[in-house]
Formats: sequence, structure tokens, C-alpha cells
Amino acid sequence: MTDSSDGAFPPGARVRVRRAHPPGHVRTPHYCRGHIGEVERLCGHFRNPEELAYGRADHAPLALYRVRFRQRDLWPDYAGAVDDSVEIELYEHWLEPAR
Amino acid sequence: MTGDNGATSENLPGSGHEHGHRHPNQPDLEDGPLGYYPAMADAVAELLIEKGVFGADDLRATIDYMASRTPALGARLVARAWRDPDFKRALVADSRAAAETLDIDTGPTPLLVMENTAHVHNVIVCTLCSCYPVFLLGKSPDWYKSRNYRSRVVREPRAVLAEFGTHIAPEREVRVHDSTADMRYMVLPMRPGGTDGWSEEALAALITRDALVGVCEVTR
Repeated sequence: MTDSSDGAFPPGARVRVRRAHPPGHVRTPHYCRGHIGEVERLCGHFRNPEELAYGRADHAPLALYRVRFRQRDLWPDYAGAVDDSVEIELYEHWLEPAR
Repeated sequence: MTGDNGATSENLPGSGHEHGHRHPNQPDLEDGPLGYYPAMADAVAELLIEKGVFGADDLRATIDYMASRTPALGARLVARAWRDPDFKRALVADSRAAAETLDIDTGPTPLLVMENTAHVHNVIVCTLCSCYPVFLLGKSPDWYKSRNYRSRVVREPRAVLAEFGTHIAPEREVRVHDSTADMRYMVLPMRPGGTDGWSEEALAALITRDALVGVCEVTR
């Protein structure tokens, strides 16, 4: 399930969530789109919910990652501690490399 | 006995005591019109049964099995982990395999156990819908599914935790886990002080559903 050798992004890689707004059943929360986080782990490979929602299951499973974001990067007015974080599950096609 | 409306047992409907006037019947669930989604759910269930995919008894047994899941299952895993460091490592690394050794079913979806430490406090949410570790905690509480909790705990987790009476020291990181896709989460709370030598059963009795979601800590 957690084969870290089989994804484009290793743990620790910095990634940016695509700032896209496609219609349909999308499991990428709006609040993280366009933001940079760090890959915490590869969760495994799963079928794309954006396709499954329309009954299409004949596609290769996608890598699914847990990505850690600093709260202060997501919310400029975040009032909690500096190190506070959010971890979100994101499919590979929503991620691009970030510096 | 006195009810909310001041009625006594003598004049409650169905008491068999005639006293010259009628009381309205208690409303039934079916009194309102059937909504779109309940109608669709009933239709799909009836079709699957009619086509022989499963029987009505299978459906009933599955609902019964899901209703039998309670936070006592999650509590047992945590109590064992507190007493057995090897089990704790196994639970965090592969919860399904570790739970199987106690004959506990973690369900079809991978379950990740997030350990609280002196440096990190974990809390679980599903901002998109209401994903929840039903196999280990049973049915989710209404607040977990509310828009208030789902929208605020990712944005101001410390304020939400404070509303539950939970105050996390500023030097501890609050880490929110948003169950957006194919994982489910359970928090492994910290063992409270003063419980050295306690039995697994005594420890398990301290562990609440809310502590396993991460909105509170475990106290003696």
C-alpha cells in the first residue's frame, strides 16, 4: 500500500497544488489550490474519483499523496502557532513540482 | 411521571384511560413526503435484491454489523498500544495487520493511526463530506458532519478545540488531517499520567470517541 518507490514525488518533495476549477466530482479542496506543501507520504494508488463518479473505472490507478501545508501559508491571517499544519490527501494529477 | 408538556401518565395517548378528548398521534417518520435521495436509495436496494446481487437478510445483517461498531473498538487498540510499545509501532505502521491480531476489523478503507506526542496534537476532519473511521468508532456524531466543524477546524483549529474545552499549548503543533480521499484516520491519544500499572480494560475505559477524533485529550 505504501510503496514510496512508485510515485513521482518522494516524501519531503515540495509540491504546488494546481489552481484549477474543473467541474464535476473533485476531491481537491479549494482552500489548498495554488498553495505549496510538502509530501508527507505516498498512500498508494487509487482510481480517480473524478472518473469513478461518472461510472468510468477503466483507467490506471493514480498515485495518492498526503501533503502537509503550513497553516500560515494557507491562511494569511492564521492566529495559531507557527508550526500548525494541515495534511490533505491529493492525487498526483493535481500536483506539480515547486521550488 | 411528568413529560415536557406537563402531561401525566394518566392522560398519555395509549394509556387506555378515557377522559373525554383526543390527543394527536405521535408523528411517524413516514408522515412527510419521501425525498429524492431516500426514494433513490430504496429503489437501488430493491433492484439489487430483485436481481439477486444480495438478499434482504444480507442487507439487514450488514446494517446490523455497522450498527454494532462502537468507540470501544478504537479504545481497545489504543489501550493495548499504551501498554505494549511493539504493538504501538505496529499499529502506526500498519493498523489493519495490528488490529487483526486482536480480531478487530478496520474495514475496507486503509486506516492511518496518528500518534499524539509532546510535540504534536492531531485532529481529524473531512471538509468535503463526512468520511469517518466508522469501523473503529461507529456512527459519527452530528457535530462532525456539521458545516461549522468542517469549515472551521481547518482554518482555526485551536479556537474549535477550545470550544470543546481543549487547550493545546502553543509550543505543540496542531496538525489537522483532512480525509479528502481514500484514507481514514484515528488519533492515538497520549496516555494520561498516574496510570502506571493499569490494566488494559481500565485504560480503555478512559478513552472516549472524542479523544480518538482528536477534539479532546484523555484524562484520568
